[in-house]
Amino acid sequence: MGDVAEPIIRFAGVEKFFGSFQVLKNISLDVSLGERVVICGPSGSGKSTLIRCINGLEQHQGGTLSVEGVTHEDGRKGLDEIRSRVGMVFQQFNLFPHLTVIENLMLGPTRARKLPKEEARELALRYLERVRIPEQADKYPRQLSGGQQQRVAIARSLCMEPKIMLFDEPTSALDPEMINEVLDVMVELAESGMTMICVTHEMGFARRVADKMVFMDHGEIVEVADPETFFNTPKSQRCQDFLQQILQH
Amino acid sequence: MFRVALCLLLMTLVSGCSDKWGWYVVNPTTTSGAVNLNFLISGLYYTILLSVTAIVISVVVGLLVALPGLSSKRPLRMFSRTYVEVVRAVPILVLILWVYYGLPQLSGLTITVFWAGVIALALSDSAFEAEIFRAGIQSIAKGQYEAAHSISLSYADTMRFVILPQAIRRILPALGNQLVYMLKMSSLVSVIGMQELTRKANELVVSEYRPLEIYTILVLEYLVLILIVSAGVRWLERRMQSDERN
Repeated sequence: MGDVAEPIIRFAGVEKFFGSFQVLKNISLDVSLGERVVICGPSGSGKSTLIRCINGLEQHQGGTLSVEGVTHEDGRKGLDEIRSRVGMVFQQFNLFPHLTVIENLMLGPTRARKLPKEEARELALRYLERVRIPEQADKYPRQLSGGQQQRVAIARSLCMEPKIMLFDEPTSALDPEMINEVLDVMVELAESGMTMICVTHEMGFARRVADKMVFMDHGEIVEVADPETFFNTPKSQRCQDFLQQILQH
Repeated sequence: MFRVALCLLLMTLVSGCSDKWGWYVVNPTTTSGAVNLNFLISGLYYTILLSVTAIVISVVVGLLVALPGLSSKRPLRMFSRTYVEVVRAVPILVLILWVYYGLPQLSGLTITVFWAGVIALALSDSAFEAEIFRAGIQSIAKGQYEAAHSISLSYADTMRFVILPQAIRRILPALGNQLVYMLKMSSLVSVIGMQELTRKANELVVSEYRPLEIYTILVLEYLVLILIVSAGVRWLERRMQSDERN
């Protein structure tokens, strides 16, 4: 296990079906500790499903998927173990609307990590500071802008002190002027050494932080490359077409 | 609401002035009238105690029936479905008679009128509460469960801290409805001798032979009681909403 190259997440021949429709086809992918992976591809290509499999929001059918050696086949305990190490940020934020910002942040630490209230509060304030909105602690989510809400959602995940962060199109539901404030937080997180897997169409962000680009289409991984190669000399036709479309503007 | 109540009151008073009425039976300025009026109003105690006890039990039972109904496991869903369908199909009056006269024979236990009433009312109401909870819980977006999952909350914590607080805000009007319904249905427990509002009125009618005035008072008693409850529910709704919307 001491080997640095040991992957923290390993997909080996993962398959997934929604009924008879195959959403993931023979997915194999390794992510090592501290690596930043950006997944892109046309909508319906299975990107979200792929990362949702990691923390068990979706169950895969074939192949194996392990997080730090724990697999989903290890039953309920295995899944609990995995989701305690993996944080997730959603396109729609999914903050708890009936709780204030600080209560949103403290819920996981007090209930799941069993931290005393005071400690949880300090932790929450520290992460609010980190996403640069400590002054919003006592407001309700609906009183915040979209960008602020998404930053709260990031802080809420970080309060669980995960080893891996998953981002499922975190800026897709935001007004253009709020995208950057969220990306800034994500860049900072990447620079701090967090292992991150991001599904996003923000190619500027990808260029800046990604160690590895993954292109998906029709449930398959079509291309895996470092950003340099990926953007300048994409191999497959499908990837070239996709990049041309989104980089046109 | 207040104006409507006032109109109804005035109407009965005005019509009460014709020679068909004999308000003396409940005239508080005479001794016998005051005694009669007190007797009628004293029924409030059991009407409220019965309804409130029953609704508390039925909300808890309703929730316990609703949760397995939302499970992914078929047997649990079947249990919930069957409970709701069977219990909902029995008329409340029939259930009251069955619990009071039938159940002791079956179980060998004696049961007081009060608890027979509570059990019957709570049982029949729990099926409706279960449906209300199911609808409320199902109305919460899937993303809330996913967020709770992603911060490692257990099922119980997810329900307690994330789903139910939101669901209850949404179903509060329906829960208020059930409380009003329960207050009215408690009048049926008079048939097994519960000394609540309706029973007291019935007894007074038998001794005074003035059904018109006494039952009119009874109507007003329920009206006032339920208007107060509705106002209370509305106040609670406003308070809980203000939590969420700045």
